[in-house]
Amino acid sequence: MAATLPPLRLLASGDSAVTVEFSRTIDDEANQRVLALDKALAAAGIDGITEAVPTYRSLLVHYDPNQIGFDALGEKLLALAGEPLPPATRARRWRIPVAYGGEHGIDLEDVAKALNTTPDDIVARHTGGDYRVAMIGFTPGWSYLSGLDPSLHMSRRQSPRLLTPAGTISIGGVQAGIQCLAAPSGWHLLGRTPVRTYQLHRNPTFLTEPGDRVTFFAIDHKTFEEQDRAAEAGEIVAEQVVA
Amino acid sequence: MSRLVVASIGPASSVQDGGRHGTQRYGLTPSGAMDRLALAAANTLVGNEAFAAAVEIGPFGAAFTARDGAVRVAIAGAPRNADVAGKPVAMDTSVTLQDGETLTLGFARGGAFSYLAIESGIRGEAVFGSLAVNARAGLGSPYPRPLQAGDEFSVDAASGAPDLRIELPKPATGPIRVVLGPQDDEFDDANKALFLESEWKISATSDRMGYRLEGPPIKHMHGHNIVSDGTVNGSIQVPGNGAPIALMMDRGTSGGYPKIATVITADVGRLAQTSAGTAFRFEAVSMAEAQDEARKFAQLIRSLPDRLRPLDSTALNIEALSDANVAGYAVSAMDAGTWQVTAEP
Repeated sequence: MAATLPPLRLLASGDSAVTVEFSRTIDDEANQRVLALDKALAAAGIDGITEAVPTYRSLLVHYDPNQIGFDALGEKLLALAGEPLPPATRARRWRIPVAYGGEHGIDLEDVAKALNTTPDDIVARHTGGDYRVAMIGFTPGWSYLSGLDPSLHMSRRQSPRLLTPAGTISIGGVQAGIQCLAAPSGWHLLGRTPVRTYQLHRNPTFLTEPGDRVTFFAIDHKTFEEQDRAAEAGEIVAEQVVA
Repeated sequence: MSRLVVASIGPASSVQDGGRHGTQRYGLTPSGAMDRLALAAANTLVGNEAFAAAVEIGPFGAAFTARDGAVRVAIAGAPRNADVAGKPVAMDTSVTLQDGETLTLGFARGGAFSYLAIESGIRGEAVFGSLAVNARAGLGSPYPRPLQAGDEFSVDAASGAPDLRIELPKPATGPIRVVLGPQDDEFDDANKALFLESEWKISATSDRMGYRLEGPPIKHMHGHNIVSDGTVNGSIQVPGNGAPIALMMDRGTSGGYPKIATVITADVGRLAQTSAGTAFRFEAVSMAEAQDEARKFAQLIRSLPDRLRPLDSTALNIEALSDANVAGYAVSAMDAGTWQVTAEP
C-alpha cells in the first residue's frame, strides 16, 4: 500500500455492516482503492455479504451475521484490501450534455464573479475536466465526481437551497456533481443536463457506476429542451465513448 | 378475485415489505417495514412469506372494506382498537372480512406502525425485488406513494382457513441497544457518556427517513463535517446542532455527519415503535452481544409459524374489550410531514 494513505481501519457500523476506511479525507488514491476493493469483493464471492457501498474514502460492506461474524469477515476484508492495486482497466466513459447558465445554471455568473473571470471561462474549465464517478449517494443517481479543476474549488453556499432542479450540474468544495432528482443542495449550480442517471422504467435503470469516467460538453437551451423530451421518453441521451 | 378497498387511511401509510437490496451503491435506499417483526407476524398469520408486502399503517386510523367476495387479513404491530361491524378484533390475529364488511382501526395507542397483511399477498410490479414504497424516489407498487382512500388491492378470495392468533414474546422494555461507531472517535469520553447516560425522546418531526432525538446537545471534537460515507438502518448521526438523528429505512445512503453509534438489528423495530415524547435510554453492547442478538432475532422470525394458535374467542374478546377501555389519545402532528402520536397527559 502506498505510504500516502493512513493505516486501513475497520469500523463497526452496527452488527450487520462494516466500514473499511482508507482515508478520512477526500483522496483520489483512497477512492481508487475503495473501488478496487469493491471489485475484488464482488469477485471473491464471500458467503453472507449482502451489499457493498463505495464512497470517496471507504467501502461499507453489509453482511448477514447469521452467516459470517465481524472478526472472520474483517480478516477477509483486510486481506483483500492489502492486495496491490490491479492495473487500471479501461473504464466506461460518458459524455454528458449540459445547458450552462441562465435559468438552468443560476449560479454561473456569481461563480465567475467570485473567481474574477467570465461565465464562458467557467464553462471552459468545467468542460475541460476529466472526471471519475467517485461514489453515488444521497439520492438515486446522485453521482459525486472527482477531477474538478482546482481553480474551480470553492466553498459551498452559506445557506443550502431547499430544492434544486432534477438534472442539476453543480460544484461544491473540491467536488463536481450530477444530480438526478430534485433535491436540497448547498452546491453552486452551473447548469442542467437532460441525462437521467436514474430512470425507473428504463434499461438500465441506473446509468452511472462508481468508477465510470465522465466529461461534459455544452449544449444550447433549445437542444436541452429537445433532449429533455427524448430522455423523458426513455432515451439515454448521454454519449457512451467506447475506449 | 376479491378486492380490498382502502375506505380511509391517515398519512405515513404505505405498502412495505422486507426492503430492496443491492441498490445502495446507486443511491437508492432499501426502504421496507419500520418494524420487521410486526410485518413478519402479520404475514405469518395469513400464510404469507415473513417479509412479503403488507400495508404499513401510520399512527392514525384506517379502514378497509372487502368487495366482490371475502378477504382474509391479519393485523400486528402498534396496538389499536379494531373492529368489524362493532365486533372487536384483537391485535396479532387474522380476521376474515365477508363481502361488504369493513375492518376499522383506531389510532396507534403507543408505538406508531401497524401492519395489515392480506392472504395471498399484495400484487404489484417489483422494483429491484421489492414492492416497498419509497415516496421520495417515486417508486413502489402497486401505488408508488403513501396510500389514499379509494386505493384498492386485487386479492384472492378468502381461503376459508380458520382465523388464528400468534403468540409473540412480550416486547422488551429495556434501553435501546447500540454498538458504538463507526465515528465514535469524533466524540470525547464526556460526550459519549452524555449520549449513553441521558434520557432521550423522539421528536414529533420524525419520519421514515429519520428519528430526531431530543436531549442534551452532543458536541463533536473536530467539528461536524466528515467526508460522506455509507449509512445503515439505525445509524445515529450527530449534525452541527448536536441533536442526534437515528437514520431509518428511507435514509440517504450516505451522510456527512459523524455517526456516534448504531442501533443493533434486534432493536431497530423497537426504536421505530417508540412513541414521540416517551423517555428512553441507549445502552452500548459489544459486537459479540449485538451479533448474538441479531441471530436470536432471525431465529424468532423463523419460529413465527410455530407460534400460531387457534383463535380462542373468549380470550380474544376479553383482550379486545380491555384494549377498548383505553381512551383519550391525541395526535401531536404539527404538519403533514409528522406522524407521531402521543398519549394525552
